[in-house]
Amino acid sequence: MRRAYFKNNWIAALMVTPQLIVVFTFFYFPASQAMYWAFTLEQPWGGGNTWVGLDNFRAILSDDLYWSSVWLSIVFALGSTALAVGMALILAIFVDRQLAGYKAYKIGMIWPYAIAAPAVGLAFRFIFSPGAGIMMFVNQVFPDLWNPVENGTQAMAMVILAGAWKQVAYNFIFFLAGLQSIPRSLIEAGAMDGARTLRRMRDIQLPLLAPTFFFVLVINITDSFTDSFGIIDTMTAGGPSRATNLMVYKIFNDGFQGLDYSGAAAQSIILMGLVIALTFVQFRYIERKVHYT
Amino acid sequence: MAQISIRNVRKSYAKQEVVHGVDLEVATGEFIVILGPSGCGKSTLLRMIAGLESVTSGDITIDNRVVNDLEPHQRGCAMVFQNYALYPHMTVAENIGYALKVAGLPKVDRLARVQAVATSVGLTEFLERRPGQLSGGQRQRVAMARAIIREPKVFLFDEPLSNLDAKLRVQMRHEIRRIHNHIHATSVFVTHDQQEGMTLADRLVVMNKGVIEQVGTPEEIYHRPASVYVGGFIGSPAMNFLSGQISAQDSAVVLANGAKIPLPVPLAAAHDGQFTQIGLRPEELALVPAGKGAFDAAFEFAEELGAARLYHFQFEDLMLTVLSADKPAVEKGKPMGIRIGAGAVHLFAADTGKRLSAKVGSRERELV
Ligand SMILES: Nc1ncnc2c1ncn2[C@@H]1O[C@H](COP(=O)(O)OP(=O)(O)OP(=O)(O)O)[C@@H](O)[C@H]1O
Ligand SMILES: [Mg+2]
Repeated sequence: MRRAYFKNNWIAALMVTPQLIVVFTFFYFPASQAMYWAFTLEQPWGGGNTWVGLDNFRAILSDDLYWSSVWLSIVFALGSTALAVGMALILAIFVDRQLAGYKAYKIGMIWPYAIAAPAVGLAFRFIFSPGAGIMMFVNQVFPDLWNPVENGTQAMAMVILAGAWKQVAYNFIFFLAGLQSIPRSLIEAGAMDGARTLRRMRDIQLPLLAPTFFFVLVINITDSFTDSFGIIDTMTAGGPSRATNLMVYKIFNDGFQGLDYSGAAAQSIILMGLVIALTFVQFRYIERKVHYT
Repeated sequence: MAQISIRNVRKSYAKQEVVHGVDLEVATGEFIVILGPSGCGKSTLLRMIAGLESVTSGDITIDNRVVNDLEPHQRGCAMVFQNYALYPHMTVAENIGYALKVAGLPKVDRLARVQAVATSVGLTEFLERRPGQLSGGQRQRVAMARAIIREPKVFLFDEPLSNLDAKLRVQMRHEIRRIHNHIHATSVFVTHDQQEGMTLADRLVVMNKGVIEQVGTPEEIYHRPASVYVGGFIGSPAMNFLSGQISAQDSAVVLANGAKIPLPVPLAAAHDGQFTQIGLRPEELALVPAGKGAFDAAFEFAEELGAARLYHFQFEDLMLTVLSADKPAVEKGKPMGIRIGAGAVHLFAADTGKRLSAKVGSRERELV
């Protein structure tokens, strides 16, 4: 690999400074603040914070509401990831098989990913609103069939769908690139060996897509823990009766609505730890996973 | 074992035709080599036989059955690809046995056949490895084994040796010929390497720009190239070309500088006055003292080949090459006589590039 060296260190420093400032202001500074809050408690009548060690964490981990939010986050993560990965894989296979015009399609497909989560949430809130949009007609035919405002399971299904929809585009691009990087001659060899389309997909394309698959899987799960905030906030605000109160939303709720900074900070440290762990898995095991040559 | 007929087959991509009406008959058990420069459509033709590419018009039949619309695996062909196309995630044994697995053969039978085929190509020690852990030559063998195990009626090869080094290429060439002599499957082998083509082929098909220029045994094609193109393409070092006009009166072809190359009487008589390209193979020319040959040419430089040398001459505004095993005394700029061996003159019409023979049309009675 070729590297560029700067003779003058000042220029180098000048060039990295903006990036460093951004990273510090928006990541390290808030993270250190969260650390500070997580291990301290504000005194009831003011007068600064006192060190409480792991008390905040103990309090959270013994809170049933917290564990329920963990469980809901897992349901959301698995649900939206499975849906997004599955849909993207099917779409990519279709596009890979008939390439005519796939470029335009590819560009069209990436748009949802470029839409901010709250905008996705708003759009889906309209689509799934029991009193407006498509679901209104469903409710007219089958009264009270659909009401995510009252039914927690339906609310969860709704946010999973919105989260998956947003993620599909991103996954699709990776899967398509992965499929197209499989040499055509391998597929042709499969055809000569007598394997039909589905058989070739199962025996040749999907196994060769495995590294891409795991990569996308981990990225999706990681994203679903953090990126779900915008969708929850606009669509359900964690309700009904906390049925969609995911970890990331509970942090916001406890911190900014309940003003329990220390509890929220401790929760965000745990969430950060989780994301770091997943990223580690990604680098450690998946990047190193056998790449066939 | 099967007989293949290709009848007026054409292939177009979008609006562009790349194979312009090819006719070819391949006999049962024959080893056919399609030889041609890059981009002439050899792979396209092969892939149409295999069923990997559709036929735009014309018919391909295998054992008298039109296969135009059959799936690749229904045609009974096996193919060895240029880059081997081994399945990277499967072991060697799985690669070789994949076709049988797809066909639903029980595992025991499959393993036995894989074992037998692996033994025949010398792969037994590598059965558990992945293709990525093999050398180029070993991968080549796996590709061969994968084709052999299907016991195909037709074997198709698309430049299977072009990724190997020179020595291994010769070795694999012998191996392929040995396997062919053993199983006698009808084989179509595509290459742009004329030595490979000459040595492997029962019959050679020379292609250029989407048409077949000539079909014949390697010997026929070498000794009686049907066109300027084939003459220049086959043979190394390449054929020399001079221009001249045929004179029946002199029974010779007269070069621009007045020099005369003698021709058999019937040949000269049949084409009196015709402008022609004269093809002379470097190995059929000999060096003699100036004035003693058909014409003189000025020596430029020589190349050592070990067993012989290539002598390069300036003649008019052309370069002329002579292959000679003895060591004549040459000096740069000095003229040498060029003697032309009996029957070494290939004549081609200057306008069409087609070979000129004593009697045109009907049954050719070739005297040159
Ligand atoms: N899929 C395709 N789409 C458009 N043109 C193609 C396609 N495949 C081949 N061609 C064109 O058809 C012509 C013949 O290609 P082909 O691959 O048969 O050549 P070849 O004789 O095998 O050459 P090489 O020795 O380089 O492999 C070329 O001009 C090529 O550009
Ligand atoms: Mg080719």
